[in-house]
Amino acid sequence: MGHKIIATGRSRTGIPTGRLAVWWVVASEIVIFGGLIAVYLLNRFLHGSWAQSAAHTNTFIGGANTFWLLTSSYFVVLAHAAAEKRDAKTARKYLWLTIALGGCFMGFKSYEYATEIAHGYTLFTSNFWSFYYMATGLHGFHVLCGMVIMAIIAEKDIKHEQNWHRVENIGIYWHFVDIVWIFLFPLLYIAK
Amino acid sequence: MADTATATAGVDHHDDHGHHESFWSKYCFSTDHKIIGFQYLFTGMAMGLIGGFFSYVFRMHLAFPGSSIPFFGVVSPAAYNSLVTNHGTIMIFWVAMPVLIAALGNFLIPLMIGCDDMVFPKINRLSYQIFLISAIVLIASFFVPQGGFGGAWTAYPPLSAESQYNGTPFGAPMWLIAVTLEIVAFLLGGINFVTTVMNARAKGMKLYDIPMVVWMIVIASILFMASVGPLVAGAVMLLFDQTLGTGFFDPAAGGDPVLWQHLFWFFGHPEVYVVLLPAMGVVIEIICTFSRKKLFGYRMILYSSIGLGILSFFVWAHHQFISGVDPRATYLFTTTTLLISIPVAIMLFAMIGTLWGGSIRFTTPMLFALSFIAEFLIGGVTGIWLGSSGTDIYLHDTYFVLAHFHYTFVPIAIIGTFAAIYYWFPKMFGRQLNEFWGKIHFWGTVIPFNGIFLPLFVLGAAGQHRRIAGFTAYPDLYTENFQDLRVFATGSLIVLILFQIPFFINFIVSLKRGKKAGPNPWKANTLEWVAPSPPPHGNFGDNLPEVYRGPYEFSVEGREDDYWPQNLPEASK
Repeated sequence: MGHKIIATGRSRTGIPTGRLAVWWVVASEIVIFGGLIAVYLLNRFLHGSWAQSAAHTNTFIGGANTFWLLTSSYFVVLAHAAAEKRDAKTARKYLWLTIALGGCFMGFKSYEYATEIAHGYTLFTSNFWSFYYMATGLHGFHVLCGMVIMAIIAEKDIKHEQNWHRVENIGIYWHFVDIVWIFLFPLLYIAK
Repeated sequence: MADTATATAGVDHHDDHGHHESFWSKYCFSTDHKIIGFQYLFTGMAMGLIGGFFSYVFRMHLAFPGSSIPFFGVVSPAAYNSLVTNHGTIMIFWVAMPVLIAALGNFLIPLMIGCDDMVFPKINRLSYQIFLISAIVLIASFFVPQGGFGGAWTAYPPLSAESQYNGTPFGAPMWLIAVTLEIVAFLLGGINFVTTVMNARAKGMKLYDIPMVVWMIVIASILFMASVGPLVAGAVMLLFDQTLGTGFFDPAAGGDPVLWQHLFWFFGHPEVYVVLLPAMGVVIEIICTFSRKKLFGYRMILYSSIGLGILSFFVWAHHQFISGVDPRATYLFTTTTLLISIPVAIMLFAMIGTLWGGSIRFTTPMLFALSFIAEFLIGGVTGIWLGSSGTDIYLHDTYFVLAHFHYTFVPIAIIGTFAAIYYWFPKMFGRQLNEFWGKIHFWGTVIPFNGIFLPLFVLGAAGQHRRIAGFTAYPDLYTENFQDLRVFATGSLIVLILFQIPFFINFIVSLKRGKKAGPNPWKANTLEWVAPSPPPHGNFGDNLPEVYRGPYEFSVEGREDDYWPQNLPEASK
């Protein structure tokens, strides 16, 4: 279908359509993770055993992962700034740096899962661990999706100037994934 | 800027559209919002037939327990559980949602706000494809060993989590996957609707010029987006419980079954308003057009529906009054539940206020719209007993509850849908439905509908429990003196189903032979009536409309016509 839809180009709010939609995606995701975090808090307050289980999570790896994600957020901002200045080459470089840090996160996460399972903390050990694997797994899945989309933007969309605004859109999503981690990290790792 | 590009883009697009489009790419993989709307409409109607057939089977079983049901056979307890579960699931998730929000939203939004398509046509197509897969997964679940899920549409654990209780080890996870896919489809669709209305409105269309049905679909989409998240989280946990054996909702493993009820109803109650609001919007459009009068209290209705939406997040626990919720909390939830009837009442009064002093035309869509007000009122008023925790403890899980919510959902999903189909059929297909058969269909639907559910109020008030397959086995429930009422309700259901046959014949015959409808057969004001009937791909051709006034300027003094389309410039008075 070669033709261009006029509706997509309209912008009554002044916000470009793509960015507006990303904000709505973020809004609906906030409620999903909001529900998850509410479930966690209820259980933490009602069951003392959850706090004891939380003492066994690896704060060092959690902290390192926080560092990777926060730094990656900085790079995605630099990518956006470069795209604004019409500098596709720099934007592409920073997008790949963001993906690399996302890769560090996933790598540390895998190591963390592996050592925890080796110590006997599996999905079935207790409800805390079931929740831990589900929540961090769902978050990790979001990180992975963000990396894949970012790679597509860095390799494909960056070649066409009319698609450069997508650098900003993926940046919004990436910040959101980051912020979810900023909630999960203290809840699961620090509050013992 | 975009509008100046209209002319060239429109021409280009007609060129590449005209010739080489196969049936397959035009009707199955189209990105045109109207085709996607039809896909949702026809899928929803087909699922409605399945859901209706299920209700026929279990109602027959309740009227004539143990006998062999024509077209089905003897209903075993397992089959009964699966039938009632999937009747509820289908009617909410695969009929009300796709028809009222997705089909109407897709068909109407771009036409009514004056643009050529949704802002994301491909995401729109993806949304339907995911929805279709979800329907296929659900239907497939009826044919796996031990049959479709039998743990009620609310899926309370431990019944839904443990296959030794629900008896459907394969049906249960498939049901959950189908529901989750359906939610994903509607999230994609909802984001598209909201973004389209925010960004792609015609030049000159201000917020208070948006037709009410579009507002309602947008508010419903936002409500859905804001409420469904916790259910998604809960569905993942329940799926883990079912298939992997975690214990999120298992008290023996330290889990909490009531937690599911909170997650479910935090979504489940706003969901009522997600389907109610679009139906209200449809009724408002029709009432204005056929009483030739300006909508009474446009802003009041809009603010009420927003207030309703916000309040709907604080009423969910009224479904759980007997689930061990703290009595002090029930006090709070009783208060919020009774409060929420205020915005609904405002909206109904505004509809009646619109009728007051209008020149009313009793066309088929108008009859359906008026019966919506009357029937929904019965549903709303009976809700007061259930929202008050004191009476709810007695009435909970009886046929009274069932009759109450059918008096809300049938006006929404059946009467509201038929009103919309009769009203917009000329726009959808370029021809009009037969009015005579339409009226036969109307009376044949509304009278038996009351015949089904009025007796069930009586049964419920007398303490008859719902969802009991072999009720004859319980002396308390096997009340011979009520058997006539059960048979009467079942008979009414069969009459109602039979009266849908004239509708389907009317629908199919009118597609080919109906009276040709011009662009504006009802002499209405909103922008969809500016486009040709049926609208071509791109809707308005080369000149997208501009808007000069609100959508309900009927019977304006000093004008020759009693209607004043939104797109006519002031000078054309």
